[in-house]
Amino acid sequence: MENIVNLTITEIHKLLTDKELSAVELTKAFLDYIDRIDPTIRAFITVTENTALAQAEEIDRAIAQGKKIGLLSGVPMALKDNLCTAGVKTTCCSKMLENWVSPYSATVVEKLQEAGAIMLGKLNMDEFAMGSSTENSKFFTTKNPWDTSRVPGGSSGGPTAAVAAGEAIYTLGSDTGGSIRQPASFCGVVGLKPTYGRVSRYGLIAFASSLDQIGPITKNVRDCAIVLKAISGFDPYDSTSVDIEVPDYEKALTGEVNGLRIGIPKEYFEIGISKEITEKVLKAVELLEDLGAVCEEMSLPHTEYALPAYYVIAPAEASSNLARFDGVSYGYRDENAEDVISMYKNSRGEGLGPEVKRRIMLGTYALSSGYYDAYYLKAQKVRTLIKQDFDKAFEKFDAFITPTTPSIAFKAGDKVEDPLAMYKSDLFTVPSNMAGIPAISVPCGFAEGMPVGLQIIAKPFAEETLLRIAYAYENCRGTEVLLPDLEVN
Amino acid sequence: MTISLKELEHVAELARLSIPENELKAYTCQLDDILKSIEKLKELDTDNVEPTAHILPVRNVMRGDIVREGIGREDALGGAPDVEEGQFKVPKIV
Repeated sequence: MENIVNLTITEIHKLLTDKELSAVELTKAFLDYIDRIDPTIRAFITVTENTALAQAEEIDRAIAQGKKIGLLSGVPMALKDNLCTAGVKTTCCSKMLENWVSPYSATVVEKLQEAGAIMLGKLNMDEFAMGSSTENSKFFTTKNPWDTSRVPGGSSGGPTAAVAAGEAIYTLGSDTGGSIRQPASFCGVVGLKPTYGRVSRYGLIAFASSLDQIGPITKNVRDCAIVLKAISGFDPYDSTSVDIEVPDYEKALTGEVNGLRIGIPKEYFEIGISKEITEKVLKAVELLEDLGAVCEEMSLPHTEYALPAYYVIAPAEASSNLARFDGVSYGYRDENAEDVISMYKNSRGEGLGPEVKRRIMLGTYALSSGYYDAYYLKAQKVRTLIKQDFDKAFEKFDAFITPTTPSIAFKAGDKVEDPLAMYKSDLFTVPSNMAGIPAISVPCGFAEGMPVGLQIIAKPFAEETLLRIAYAYENCRGTEVLLPDLEVN
Repeated sequence: MTISLKELEHVAELARLSIPENELKAYTCQLDDILKSIEKLKELDTDNVEPTAHILPVRNVMRGDIVREGIGREDALGGAPDVEEGQFKVPKIV
């Protein structure tokens, strides 16, 4: 069989419909490849071999019967382990949920299943999506496929490493402050955080409900458009999902950016960013200018306040959301506690990891009597200022281009002891979550042999603009899928 | 210090988290670092700024009062650490 690692969704669709390859053959090839590669990469928490093969057989039957199959039918994918899957463990990479099986599936999971997707398994992440390196996973740390001494980023480090290593055609992650885009940038893949409300959060284990969104991680922009279309849309089970028609995102992939007004916010190039990253991003901006985009330096003055405001709001919401893990309805329980209060305290104390406890305490503090106004209310007001920065700038610009992260993927262990240093890798991704607007990270070259990510930010529900610009850039840069050479024999 | 050891113990109590004695100091220092970095927000005058709790104009969502299938008792209790007679079981409360 030809090299499965570089395949994209459209290529697989053609192979399947031309009957050059069966879904079962393809799935087996992926399972074999995961068997060989994953002991090195460690992206998978659970591999669902049997259900994957059963799903593949179903697709092959449909093809044999001459049924028309959709683009995602028979395409192997995998999911971040905070997306609920009925019948398959959803651990959030926490001792708390180590053996938990959800009684229902997330809406995005159902949508992909209906589209004929083949689920290969569940992927590693920082515990409860809190972290920027996957080092906060209870189970193990995922390696960056480009250099296994470095982290893949986080919290969706498993999903981005899996795509970069070719272990799945695409994956889904979740992004609360950059958890799709930051690891996508570190691993050299495409990652999109949709507008808040574009994709249903039903069945995504909540971290910070006013910030969380689910999004696709893919090898290229076209695959990203295809997966985004499949998972978007209103869901009666998520009252914050918005009832706006889902466009055919592939139609935005014209290669045309002529006349688009793109702002280059200077603040993103001022705060502790490596020189090589600045160069790569500005080179991409030049390419887009050559294509007719009108790029101009501008200012989003409250950018540097987004991170401190985020580290009040996200932990505050988390402290409330994670109150449900109390050893009663599901998850870990300390069996030796004599009364109910010590059962709560011990179950949570033993079942949750250090970063999760840190954020719960931070959030509890920020919401507690006497500190609420100084921290939580203040941060919400600053959130307004950040949103106003964008609202005002959107009067003049269609989109913004920034680096996705201030640095390339760091070495494993480098920031484990210093939570604040770890938080700073989310500097450029947090503002779009605070404003609820969509953003994408696209690979734009290498620094010190590691991938660099370009971030594009657009107006609410203007994912088409993001994809249009990203595709035009990718087209110009070269559409060849760049993945690390990993094949081991 | 923005937060004292005693305050940290209080917060852990509010959050129902048992923290081993020998870890209290480390958590206090880390939270102090984080809270100090958050002090940056004080640079901004926000007296006349409305807070944003949510970026969407959130509204109440209603649906018809129609009976439909739920997940059922067995599934709902399926992940519980302790169950008796179709109910969640917890240690002594009073």
